[in-house]
Amino acid sequence: MDLYLPIANLSVNALVIVALGLGVGLLSGMFGVGGGFLTTPLLIFYGIPPTVAAASAASQVTGASVSGVFAHFRRKGVDVQMGAVLVTGGILGSLLGAWLFKLLQASGQIDVVIGVLYVVLLGSIGGLMAKESVGAIRVSRGASPPRPRKRRHHPLVASLPFRWRFYASGLYISPLAPLLLGVFVGVLTMLLGVGGGFILVPAMLYILGMGTQTVVGTSLFQTLFTTAVATMVHATTTKAVDIVLAILLLLGSVIGAQLGARFAARAKPEYLRLLLALIVLAVATRMLLGLAWRPDEIYSVGVA
Amino acid sequence: MKRAWALALAAPLVMGQAKPELVPDVSQRDIEIAYSFTGAELLLFGAILYPGGRAPGQDERPADIVVVIKGPTESVVVREKSKVAGIWVNAAQMRYRSAPSFYAMASSRPIRQLVDERTRAIYELGLDSLQLSPASGAAPAVQQRFDRGLVDLKRRTGLFYEAPGAVEITGGVLYRARLRIPARVPVGRFTAETFLIRDGRVLAAAVRPIAIRKSGFERFVATSADQHAIAYGLIAVGVSFLFGWGAGALWRRF
Repeated sequence: MDLYLPIANLSVNALVIVALGLGVGLLSGMFGVGGGFLTTPLLIFYGIPPTVAAASAASQVTGASVSGVFAHFRRKGVDVQMGAVLVTGGILGSLLGAWLFKLLQASGQIDVVIGVLYVVLLGSIGGLMAKESVGAIRVSRGASPPRPRKRRHHPLVASLPFRWRFYASGLYISPLAPLLLGVFVGVLTMLLGVGGGFILVPAMLYILGMGTQTVVGTSLFQTLFTTAVATMVHATTTKAVDIVLAILLLLGSVIGAQLGARFAARAKPEYLRLLLALIVLAVATRMLLGLAWRPDEIYSVGVA
Repeated sequence: MKRAWALALAAPLVMGQAKPELVPDVSQRDIEIAYSFTGAELLLFGAILYPGGRAPGQDERPADIVVVIKGPTESVVVREKSKVAGIWVNAAQMRYRSAPSFYAMASSRPIRQLVDERTRAIYELGLDSLQLSPASGAAPAVQQRFDRGLVDLKRRTGLFYEAPGAVEITGGVLYRARLRIPARVPVGRFTAETFLIRDGRVLAAAVRPIAIRKSGFERFVATSADQHAIAYGLIAVGVSFLFGWGAGALWRRF
C-alpha cells in the first residue's frame, strides 16, 4: 500500500512504516525506552531524508511515552519537580540543538555528526548495559552473591551550589545538575530524534543518585515534553515534520507499546535488559560500519 | 554511385524545401500529486510535418526524434566524502547555481549516433552534456569530477535518466515516447522539449510546459507546514498525544 509523504516528498509503503513503528513500539513497551534511537536510523536506511526522519521520529516518541507517563503517575512514580527542571533544561537544549543543527547542516557535516554521536552513545551505553545484565543473569543463576551498591550521587553533583530538596526522589542536590542533564538530552533529541531515555535513566541512577522507583517515570515525563518541544522547534525551523509519516509510525508504535508492556510483565527483567543491550550494540555497529566503510555514494547533494 | 546520382538529382528539390515542422503534445499537462502518487507515466507524442505534406521516401535518410523532460532548476551543493581519521566525512564541495532537479531524455536512436558533442552541449542532450553552471570556480578536472558525481547520484535515485530507443516513429511522421516520472520528483514547472534531428543537425524544436504540483490533502499539509508552522507543530504534537493516550485508554478497557 503506497502512500505519498507530503513533506518527505516521496512515496513509501505504508505497511512497512506501520510495521517499523510496531517493532519499535514493542521494544519501547518492553524496555521503557522511547525507541527513537531505532526509528531514526531505520527510516534513514529506508530512504527518508535524515532531517525528516529525525523530526518525525521525535513526535513518534511523544506518542509512545504518553501512556507510560500516565501509568507511572498512577503509581506515583513521577518526580514532577525533578521532571520540571529536566524539561526546562530540555527546552533550552532543543533550542541549542536547533542552532547546532543549522550550523552543521550549512557546513555539510550533519550526517557525520549524527553517525558519530550514535556510535559513541549507543556503543558505550549498550556496552555498559550488556555488562550489567550479564552480571545480573549470573547472579540470578546463583553464580556469585549480589554486591549491594550504595545509592549516592556523583561527587561532582555534590559540589554544585544552590541545593534544592527533591522530596519524591529523596534527594538534596543542586538543580543545576538535572538542568545540565536536560540540556544535553534536549540537544540529542533535536539532533538525533531520540527521546534520550537510554542516556537519562543511567544518568539519573548513577550521576544524580535517584531511586529506581521514580527514575523511569520521571525519565518518561522528561521525554514526553522534550520530544514535544523538539517537534515544535523542528516544525518552526527545519519544517521537516511529516505528519503523515508520524501518524503511520504512531499507529504501529502505540499498539506495539501496549503489546510490549504485556510481554515485559511476564519476562525476566535481566534477560530483557541483555536483549535491549544487544539491539543497541547492533545499531551502533551498523552505524560504525556506515562511517568506516567506503560508502556507496561518495557524493551527496544538499540545498544551497 | 547510383546513390550519389540520385542525391544530385534530388538536391534542387530538397534545397528548395522549407524545413519540416514539429507538432508535439503531452498526455498530461498537469500532474497532481495525491496520497496514492507513486510516479506517473508521460506519453509524449506528435507529428512531423514535412513541407508539402510528404513523408520521406524509402531512399531518404529518416529523421530522428529526441524528447527531453526537465524539472525546475535548483541551486545545490554537491559534497564529496573522503576518509579522514578512519571515517568518511564530507570534505570538498562544489556549488551549482542551476542544476535541473529532474532530467529524462528519450531518443529514437542512441544520441551519440545522432549529433556531435558540440550540438549535444548546445541543446543539453544527454546526461554528459548538461549545463550545470557551477558557482565556485575550480579546475576543469575537479569540476568534471563533481559533475559526474552529481549526475551519477541523481541517476541512482531515478531523477536523471536516458532512454535510448524509447521513441517510436511510425511511418516516418508520427512519433511517441513513454517517459516515467518517479515518485521522488520535485514539484514545479517542468518542460517537455522535442527535437527533430537529421544528418547531425537539429531541424526543429518545440517546448511544452508541464506543471507538477501537490493536490488536495498533500498540498494542504505542505502549505500548512510551510506557512502556519506553529499551528502545524501544535497539531503534530496533539496528534501524538492523542494516539498515545487513546491507545493506552482503549487497551485498559479490554
